[in-house]
Amino acid sequence: MIALADIWYLVIGALLVGYAVLDGFDLGVGMLAPLVGRTPAERGLLMRTIGPVWDGNEVWLLTLGGALFAAFPLVYATVFSGFYLALMLLLLGLIMRAVAMEFRHQVETARWLRAWDAVWWLGSLLPALLLGVALGNVARGLPLEGGQYVGGLLGLLNPFSLLVGLTGVAMFAMQGASWLVLRTGGEVQARARRLGRYAWAAFAALWVLVTLYAVVDAPSLWSNYGQPVLWLAPAGFVAALGLTGWALWRGTSDRQPIVASSLTIIALISVLGQALYPALLPDRNGSAGLTVLNAASSQTSLTVMLVIALIGMPLVLGYTAFVYRRFTHKVEEADSAYG
Amino acid sequence: MDAVDLARLQFAFTVAFHFIFPAITIGLGFLIAIAETIRWRRNDEAWDRLARFWTRVFALTFAVGVATGVVMEFQFGTNWSRYSTFVGDIFGSPLAAEAILAFFLESTFLGILLWGRDRLSSRLRWFSALMVSAGAALSGLWIIIANSWMQTPAGYEIQGDRAVLTDFLAAALNPSTLPRYLHTIAAAVAVGAFVMVGIAAWYLLRRRHADVALRSLKLGLAVALLSSAGMFLTGDSHARQVADTQPVKFAAMNGLFETDDGVPMIIFAFPPSEDGPADLPELAIPNLLSLLTRFDANATIEGLDAYPRDVWPPVGATFTTYHLMVGLGALMLLVMLLAVLAWWRGRLERWRWLLLALIVVTPAPLIAVQLGWATAEIGRQPWIVYGLMRTVDGVSPIVSAPEVLVSLVGFGVVYLVLAVLWLFLVRRAVLTGPEPARTANAAEVLP
Repeated sequence: MIALADIWYLVIGALLVGYAVLDGFDLGVGMLAPLVGRTPAERGLLMRTIGPVWDGNEVWLLTLGGALFAAFPLVYATVFSGFYLALMLLLLGLIMRAVAMEFRHQVETARWLRAWDAVWWLGSLLPALLLGVALGNVARGLPLEGGQYVGGLLGLLNPFSLLVGLTGVAMFAMQGASWLVLRTGGEVQARARRLGRYAWAAFAALWVLVTLYAVVDAPSLWSNYGQPVLWLAPAGFVAALGLTGWALWRGTSDRQPIVASSLTIIALISVLGQALYPALLPDRNGSAGLTVLNAASSQTSLTVMLVIALIGMPLVLGYTAFVYRRFTHKVEEADSAYG
Repeated sequence: MDAVDLARLQFAFTVAFHFIFPAITIGLGFLIAIAETIRWRRNDEAWDRLARFWTRVFALTFAVGVATGVVMEFQFGTNWSRYSTFVGDIFGSPLAAEAILAFFLESTFLGILLWGRDRLSSRLRWFSALMVSAGAALSGLWIIIANSWMQTPAGYEIQGDRAVLTDFLAAALNPSTLPRYLHTIAAAVAVGAFVMVGIAAWYLLRRRHADVALRSLKLGLAVALLSSAGMFLTGDSHARQVADTQPVKFAAMNGLFETDDGVPMIIFAFPPSEDGPADLPELAIPNLLSLLTRFDANATIEGLDAYPRDVWPPVGATFTTYHLMVGLGALMLLVMLLAVLAWWRGRLERWRWLLLALIVVTPAPLIAVQLGWATAEIGRQPWIVYGLMRTVDGVSPIVSAPEVLVSLVGFGVVYLVLAVLWLFLVRRAVLTGPEPARTANAAEVLP
């Protein structure tokens, strides 16, 4: 029988998927904007492709934080306090991005626009990088003493996690470029497609590197894969990655790259989730770490939360789908600006 | 200062700064929803420009609210990990519910309202505005539920070193949730209404944008008067609930050191210290506190002396913030009564001094809201969860003082920049004003 805590393990994974897929392209667009958009006007157009949806997309991260707090409070407390300065930097990035999104178009002088383009770029790159580094550290496991992480900021900057951070940056860039292929046309779209190919190649190469490095640095990640049925997810990942490459090089419609790239992200997070289970935070000092068994909230709390999620999430998915159906047209230069 | 003091200072600073913005957006969102409804029903051009203008002010404010709000949700884990572990079973769910049931709604519909307005039908635009307002008010509800549980915990039992949920409804609707929520919402609506009234009054004083300004002023005035009166009504029942559930806080709020019957209500006094009232003149109404609290002019009310000193909150700060809040509330109500009188007499645009007064009192509810929160949170001390866990025991054990100092200075700098930018852009939006009226034959006039 599947326990409630297992369901919440899946829900946390699903929220991570929602965030990585949806805000993933927002972050990617922000990172790529200086390269894809040659003029302030072009960068304004890029911003408009994510304008109506970025705010809702970011809520997936807030929901992830809240759900982790509610379902696995020990993980929330240990990871968030353990990653203190890294998370403060992540918050700084998210603040910069949020403000850039809403303030950039308020004033039309060249200096103002250039300044906010820089803030937007950094505010997109920082979260993308830091989320990867954080996830790398979680996957690799932290040295825990009495349930607390004791390694400090420098302990987080190990080669494996930095590599995962770069992989994340490449993945979000791929996702962002794929989104731009869908939402733009002409010269801008051609540039986005070209950058998407580079990002795809970088992501594929980094992923191979991370996987090989994990053999040495995080062998526990391989232990679950003794069961053949679990190889479905990695196989799916490789297939989706291949499909994304095909869509970016030889695709027949502008919709294909973003669909394939999103599938790639879903598969990658599934691969990671299977590798970690039942741990949410492995312990490098040898104990079981924080797992669905020892870190979950009470049955009452998990049940209540499940009811809230079952009522709320279908609604969220419903109106989100509605908004996406209306706002996936090509953005044109002549489109009315914000406000 | 040690790590605990720094963490407290950081939390106080980030939450106080953050709360400026949701207070404005909850209030303004409500007013925009009304304006959108009128625009949609009447298909009215002036109300259309009015709604657009206020939505622009709303958007600037919302952006800063979102940016600073993410910080709050992370901070429980980063700075208060012991607290998070202790209460996670109960406290996490309202935060998650806020995101699922409210924040998605608000953010998604605001996105299309701001960025895609011209692709929305008239009815969908109205519906989006309504959802944004509903999302803002619901967001507040879940946050108040979480906060109220810290003040008056219920529906739990202590198992080992954790508080575990036993009854969700009892925890969510704990004794202070409803009074606190109603009081907070009334105050937030007042904040938005005063902003609308103040800016509209400035336009009228300068004789600009008269059509939009006069409509805004009247809408704002009606809501400002009702919400100011609502603040007193809800505040009254909230205070009675505090007297029942957190009597030490109540005693500190009222500067009542000795248990007594027929207690007077202090209208004005110099701040007391831990050792007793200031030995300076004060103004008090005999028996009023007993009457309002227990509906009996001679009722006994517990003073601070009924409790050991180590569970007293800081008396001077609790007393002062509370009294300043009530004083500001009285000023707000008075000014709005005068303004509605002027409206009734048809003198709204002619009494220039009144327009000036309306501009001056614009920030009053915003300050009152901050003072009220300070009363609630300082008055809860020394507890982080009232009666269950002390604030000093809730902090993250592994986060060092230098680390918190770095982040605190960082927040100080970033928030200062945000404040300056926000003021600059709101000022700019106000100076630009609503779009000019579109006359029917504008196209023919143009070459």
